[in-house]
Formats: sequence, structure tokens, C-alpha cells
Amino acid sequence: MRTGVIAKKVGMTRLFQDDGRHVPVTVLSLEGCQVVSVREQERDGYVAVQLGAGKARAKNVNKPQRVAFGLAEVEPKMRVAEFRVADDAVLDVGAEISADHFVPGQIVDVTGHTQGKGFAGAMKRWNFGGMRATHGVSVSHRAHGSTGNRQDPGRVFKNKKMAGHMGDRQRTQQNLEIVRTDVERGLLFVKGSVPGSKGGWLVVRDAVKLARHADAPYPAGIKQAANQNTSAPADTPADQAPATDAAPAQES
Amino acid sequence: MNLIQTIEAEEIGKLNQTDKIPEFRPGDTLRVGVRVVEGERTRVQNFEGVCIARSNRAMGSNFTVRKMSFGEGVERVFPLYSPNLDSITVVRKGDVRRAKLYYLRGRTGKRARIAERRDTRPEEAAAAAKTAPKADTKAAAKSEAKADTKTEG
Repeated sequence: MRTGVIAKKVGMTRLFQDDGRHVPVTVLSLEGCQVVSVREQERDGYVAVQLGAGKARAKNVNKPQRVAFGLAEVEPKMRVAEFRVADDAVLDVGAEISADHFVPGQIVDVTGHTQGKGFAGAMKRWNFGGMRATHGVSVSHRAHGSTGNRQDPGRVFKNKKMAGHMGDRQRTQQNLEIVRTDVERGLLFVKGSVPGSKGGWLVVRDAVKLARHADAPYPAGIKQAANQNTSAPADTPADQAPATDAAPAQES
Repeated sequence: MNLIQTIEAEEIGKLNQTDKIPEFRPGDTLRVGVRVVEGERTRVQNFEGVCIARSNRAMGSNFTVRKMSFGEGVERVFPLYSPNLDSITVVRKGDVRRAKLYYLRGRTGKRARIAERRDTRPEEAAAAAKTAPKADTKAAAKSEAKADTKTEG
């Protein structure tokens, strides 16, 4: 299992394929997506990499977090997320993931928070029909109507669809195709829409329902120039042995 | 310019290198060559009619062409930057006062005519722009207009 990435939603556009088909795409950008820390089997009981993305001002980061970034020798990050990975897919702290982590044609899952709709009525939130416009209906044209029975059971059942807060929930859009990647600018072009508004943070992972793409780089697609902080073996992303060796070294 | 606009500008630049899009407006009569795939081979199919609308939205730009086909009005919307468009040629320039010519939908024959737009610029500028093609298109357009009115009327 490879790590995913943290990306920012830039917006939507369309691309034309060579055969004339047009593909609606969402542009996601990787902004300094770096490994911030590593979870190990012996110490933590599970194996994962913690990534950070974006740029935060030091004054806006709380002190424990700031110290953690300092120990890892990375810039303070806006967003931090953990990704469970296989034992041989652990990365070095400080390694920066580039857009060629994904390859065109690959299928991914994108997780994010949907756009918030505030306190919404039953018609908008659950597609209820509302009441009639005339025939004696007064004041309650958009009301939900009855919510239950009589003295028996004498209560409203749990999970009854009623008015309430709508949107701003974590949602995962599965099986989206990567149409194109732009390594220089760190952009992913994903077919279709993704949750959330422009500027929102998303997590992009390999699709859980499908086997990994054959051409996808195995531990991760790592930016070469960004490894100044870490030791020399970090510069060989395809090589698995140095990656696992270097991980315990970061612990001290 | 934000990132999306930059990307779109690059894509448009890439497409414009291969095929040029002429300057045209609603009211102009266009001949649009569309690539059609028939089994294994592709050929170019022409669609000729009046441009009744243009929508300018960067990569999403499109234009609508309306023609009468066997007494039935046919409209087709083309994405401006589609690689399926082989060519766009302006057959005749029309003089209209509206951006969207949806009023043509209710009209046929003589009532659906559009006056020809004359170049009112000083002669030198006009000559510099295009002299030879203009005469050609004018003659072609005139004969065509006559033919149209005969058949429709």
C-alpha cells in the first residue's frame, strides 16, 4: 500500500483529448507535500507516514506542532494527514512527493469536506415534497409534515429525516481517473468533480477498489531537489532498502 | 491571472498553433468542417449556416450555427477549441444589432434574411486587411442569397 498525497483544489476546466473527446477535469495542486514524520511498528504499533502540505506561518502553529516540525526540519505545514502504508513503502522524513506519484490513466479516490449548506430544511436536505401551495395550507408550505405515529410509540424514531445542518461532511469520491499530471507545477488533473470548494484541502489515494496501477512508482514519486534536509540515500526513491534503513535513523 | 486561466491559455495556445480560428461574429455565415469518424477512417463533413450565438468562456467557448435543412431548422453547437473542428471559414459577413440571433428561430425564407456587413473603414486599412478574399466572398454570398430566396420563396 502506497502513501497518498494532500492536495489543494484549484478549480475545474476541460481538456480535449487527441481523438476529439472533451474531458471535464478538476485541477489539484500539490503544495510542498512533505513527509513530516513516520509511524513504526515497534514504537507506535502500526506503520504509516505523516504528510504535511501548504505553508503556515509559525505564529499560527501551536507550540507542540511547531516543535515537531522543527525536529523533522520541515517548514510549518497548513495541513497534516497520516497514511497507512506497507512496511516497505515507508518514506524518509523530509521527502517531498511530486505529481508523478500518480500516472495518467490511474484511478484514485479523493476525500474532502463537502461545501457547507448551513441549517437546511427538509425539502433541500432530504428532497421532501413539501406541502401544497393552496387548498387550505397556511404558513407551512415547506414543512416536512408528520414525523411519526400516535401515543404508541409516542416518540420520534432515531434517524428521522428532518431539518438540520447540511453539507460540510467528509465525503470520498471513488474511482476518479487521473487524466494528466504536471510535475513542474505539481498539478494533478482528475476527471470529474471532487468534494469541497476551491482552495479546500483534499486527500488523494490510490483507489481501494482496484489493484495498483502498473506504472505507478512504488514507494512514492519523490521530488529529487527537495531532499536537502535528509541524508543521501533518500535520493533513490525506487530503491526500497535505503528507505527502510533511513527510517529508524530519523527516530533519534 | 489565476492558475486555471493560465492552464486554459496554454491549452488554447497549443490548439491555435495547428488550426487558425478566423474572426467572426453572430450574423456571419460560416462553413464549419467537422471531422467525422466512420469505422476506421475519418472524413471532414461541412456544416454551413448562420452563426446565431457565440459564448466566450475560455476553453468552454462555443458558437451556434443554424441552417435550414430540407425545410427543417437545424442548429449545432460547436466547441470553439475542439480538435474535431477541421476548419471554420467565413462565407459571408452579416450586419446585425444583437449578440444572440434567437429571433431567427421563428422565421423562415425572406424574413430570415440578414443584411451584408460592409467594411466602413478607410480604404487603405480595408485594403491592408483583405482585398482579394473579400471580393470572392461577396460574389459567392450574393449568388447564394439569390439561390436561397428562390428556393425558400
